[in-house]
Amino acid sequence: MEVDRIDERTPNQLRPLSCSRNILNRAHGSASWSQGDTKVLAAVYGPKAGTRKNENPEKACIEVIWKPKTGQSGKLEKEYEMILKRTLQSICILTINPNTMTSVIIQVVDDDGALLPCAINAACAALVDAGIPLKHLAVAICCGLAESGYVILDPTKLEEQVLIIFVFDFMNAVLVLSVLPNGSLQKKGGEPLEHGIITSFTQGSMSVEDYLHCLERGRAATSKMSDFLRRSLQPQLPSDSSKAG
Amino acid sequence: MGLPNVSGDLSAEMDVDAFRRLFPLRFYERHLVESIRPDARPLGRARDTTLALGAVASADGSALAKIGLTTMLAAIKMEVMTPSTETPDEGSIGINIEPFSAIDFHMPPICSPLVRPGRPAEAEPVVSKQLSDTILRHVDCFSVISGMINLKELSLINGKAAWMVYLDIYCLDADGALFDAALLSAVAAFSHLQIPVVSLNDHGKVVLMSEENEGGKDPVNKEKRKLTLSSIPFSLTCILHKNYILADPTAEEESIMETLVTVVLDSSGQLVSLYKPGGPVLAYTSAIQDCVALTRQRVKELRKILDEALSGMEVY
Repeated sequence: MEVDRIDERTPNQLRPLSCSRNILNRAHGSASWSQGDTKVLAAVYGPKAGTRKNENPEKACIEVIWKPKTGQSGKLEKEYEMILKRTLQSICILTINPNTMTSVIIQVVDDDGALLPCAINAACAALVDAGIPLKHLAVAICCGLAESGYVILDPTKLEEQVLIIFVFDFMNAVLVLSVLPNGSLQKKGGEPLEHGIITSFTQGSMSVEDYLHCLERGRAATSKMSDFLRRSLQPQLPSDSSKAG
Repeated sequence: MGLPNVSGDLSAEMDVDAFRRLFPLRFYERHLVESIRPDARPLGRARDTTLALGAVASADGSALAKIGLTTMLAAIKMEVMTPSTETPDEGSIGINIEPFSAIDFHMPPICSPLVRPGRPAEAEPVVSKQLSDTILRHVDCFSVISGMINLKELSLINGKAAWMVYLDIYCLDADGALFDAALLSAVAAFSHLQIPVVSLNDHGKVVLMSEENEGGKDPVNKEKRKLTLSSIPFSLTCILHKNYILADPTAEEESIMETLVTVVLDSSGQLVSLYKPGGPVLAYTSAIQDCVALTRQRVKELRKILDEALSGMEVY
């Protein structure tokens, strides 16, 4: 059963992506990532000396601060911070600079659906821009599931909301993160390394088969996204300004 | 008790406790190789779970859930209020305005040496939000089976009076798998909930009735005292470490092996939530399917425990 999307995309089509690096002057690394109208700005400061009180001093530590577009930070922001922190901790090589703290600040510029994946992508690009050593990159994608088992990728806010209000058609958003190693493809127990999920976050109920189906679609789409990420992270031309000092 | 030489650096003999503190990961890995954990559980087994309903006498519904040493106390208070104009025939669960969130999860300093007074624990808002998402947004838009709780049952007089439900969950002992225990206690408290009897007083307001029938006023809701719960969600948290999947971790295991996956299934087998907040280990499809299978088993166990606790209550 085909569902017509409001902006006339096919179900597997992502919104136009754009990524700019090095946009903030003072931050050690910064990136802005936008998917359609959703835009997120990420800044990285670090590594700074000393970790927080209860953190392991043998490893580097990552702190995430999430600033919403309007209003104060509440529980939703705290949850996003925790998810982002754990995700970024799994892609950074934490043993290189022990007993240091790296701060990642996320500022939501515009929210038109798929906010968390956009933020994760922005944070990853900002970490690369700051030169923090990473094991591999991470890309994130948001999938929506309609009642009939129909999967749409990268929903807009209107799609996310509209599908909840209507009685016959509703939405369960599934977030999938897929890992992408820089270049090599290693086989691990029969499944290629790049199909591993770092983080998954779901809302609403669905059957297990639908969830796995969403995963498949998400994986196929993330390969396109990761190509885009790699291209935009290519070293810039020497004529661009480099940070002094 | 001495241990064999594991590396050139160690002395030939060392106390088990010292080894456990100094090299926790190696301590655990030596157990995992034998498919067992330090507390003698096989990898896929959860800790002993007990439920006590009606733990708080002053609350309308309450439950104390213990999974191993993790203890959660859930209490429900109900209040009459006017329903919103958009949904005149439905009650509500709390005020859905931040920061007054419907379902409150508290981690007082009693629960763990890592929680200090004044600073909320890191896990607190996260578990709180996860609980709200699971219980409240767990709505299947088929209006017949709408989620765990049918909000229409909370209505008293259409358009004029409806119930507002406040749920508070207190963590009394934090020893791993906080979300599992919190969800279990919340679900049990809702199962135990007895809606208080109310009647209309002379001014047309809805008041709680005391035991003696005042002036012979008829109660508004004499027949309808318990909520019907459909598709009750149950959860299981697992740790992924290399190729092992450990079900129901303790706090020690959680701090050493950081990759957690929480699967929430409801009694009809639908996946309510699969939550994996990052972590060094990646989850492949096979690992996810194993976790879901472990959760299915756990749902059956928890269902049985809940039913036993409920039938124990109805004896008197």
